Amino acid sequence: MRYSGLQVLAQGLMGNRGWKPVWRDPEPKPAYDIVIIGGGGHGLATAFYLAKEHGLGNIAVLEKGYLGGGNVGRNTTIVRANYNLPGNSEFYSHSLKLWEGLEADLNYNVMHSQRGVINLFHSDGQRDAYARRGNAMINQGDDAILLDREGCRRMLPYLDYDQTRFPIYGGLYHPRGGTARHDAVAWGYARAADRRGVDLIQQCEVTGIDIAGGKVTGVQTTRGAIRAAKVAIVVAGRSGQVAAMAGLRLPVESHILQAFVTEGLKPCIDHVVTYGMGHFYISQSDKGGLVFGGDLDFYASYAARGNLPMAEHVMEAGLTLMPMIGKARVLRSWGGIMDMTPDGSPIIDKTHVDGLYIDCGWCYGGFKAVPGSGFSFAHLIATDRHHEPAARFRLDRFRRGVLLDEEGTGSQHNLH
Amino acid sequence: MRITCPLCGDRDSREFSIRGHETYLDRPAPDAGEAAWDDYLHLRDNPAGETAELWYHGAGCAAWLRVRRNTVTHEVLKVDLVRDVTGGDHAD
Repeated sequence: MRYSGLQVLAQGLMGNRGWKPVWRDPEPKPAYDIVIIGGGGHGLATAFYLAKEHGLGNIAVLEKGYLGGGNVGRNTTIVRANYNLPGNSEFYSHSLKLWEGLEADLNYNVMHSQRGVINLFHSDGQRDAYARRGNAMINQGDDAILLDREGCRRMLPYLDYDQTRFPIYGGLYHPRGGTARHDAVAWGYARAADRRGVDLIQQCEVTGIDIAGGKVTGVQTTRGAIRAAKVAIVVAGRSGQVAAMAGLRLPVESHILQAFVTEGLKPCIDHVVTYGMGHFYISQSDKGGLVFGGDLDFYASYAARGNLPMAEHVMEAGLTLMPMIGKARVLRSWGGIMDMTPDGSPIIDKTHVDGLYIDCGWCYGGFKAVPGSGFSFAHLIATDRHHEPAARFRLDRFRRGVLLDEEGTGSQHNLH
Repeated sequence: MRITCPLCGDRDSREFSIRGHETYLDRPAPDAGEAAWDDYLHLRDNPAGETAELWYHGAGCAAWLRVRRNTVTHEVLKVDLVRDVTGGDHAD
């Protein structure tokens, strides 16, 4: 069923009784050309682009829980392309361009809102660093505007400009950045992949990867064995466990990142705002909740929940920056399991097993990368060649010492 | 999460900072080669369950600790002084 404005109107007049389930619930077939392990944003996007860009149809996405039940449903929904390093810059630029055409591509409203991202800075040195980053973004063909203090004040009048400890010197404004409705991204890709014939198989956990003579032959699952010529691992925080089924040890450690949302408020925060002196970022959802987050808890975790010290730290950072949010009540907090790499950049690569591919290590920047990651991973799976914008996301770059350390914080999993 | 320091007793986790997996105790020789250093710096078993990590009691006795912990439940299972684990030969 193709969505249109006319259809919404007609359904409204008919009491909305004509809507159908938007994807099938097929039984797994004994064999596919390509099996994708992981029905999150990246896995579903990979399936969609394999079908759309490469004309492939005999594909299954295996999801152990429900579609979009992992990090694509547990993030702070920020979409941006404000990277600095060659390797990252062109990838996120490409991903943002895909976002800009995504709703037409998917025939689905993902509520992509280019409300602008403003990264605040609080010292001369930080201004220089952001000016350089802004120039890198402009060189990449994206947009960046360096705001001074008064420029910031006109756009963000509610910040505490007069605090003495971390005064606000200005901000780097990225107008094409913004947010999207996170669940809708997963649902939109799922529906679009299903419409192109991809089998989305939920409640199907992979328990083993079959390899014969150095080549992948299929997977074992809780719903039986499935043969496949190519197998793709896209399982974010669970990458270590799934890769281990193929004897692969990854440069990944899973960490916990918390996020928070307040009760619904009248519109008051019009952009995505990040604090330069504490790890804090905030936007307001279309329902009115203030959605915000901070840093990792810093210890390895699979708990999908964090501890209170980081919750307190995030609230403190938020109140320091914008005291007006102090009266808002926090409705929920949650944690996502982040596949952290030692340089903070992701991996899209082949493995030592022929026909086995891996896409992981998105740390806590995976949401904005969903279209780009799916596109580049699909390109790699379909053609066995790296997609140019993602060509530096190599698995062996750590061994070779060619790190992509965007923040320059060093080779340790919890520092990014 | 609370951690029982062998020297200071049961303390708030905010008194400690984490270095990472106990892999960091097995520092390779400078000439051990690419694979050994890759293993030490980057590659991780990343267990969902019991793990062992190095924590530093910066707001307490300033000792390095080896903390056995469950990554799924956040339960702290056992805490030892690193000097007792390595026999005083802390390589890092």
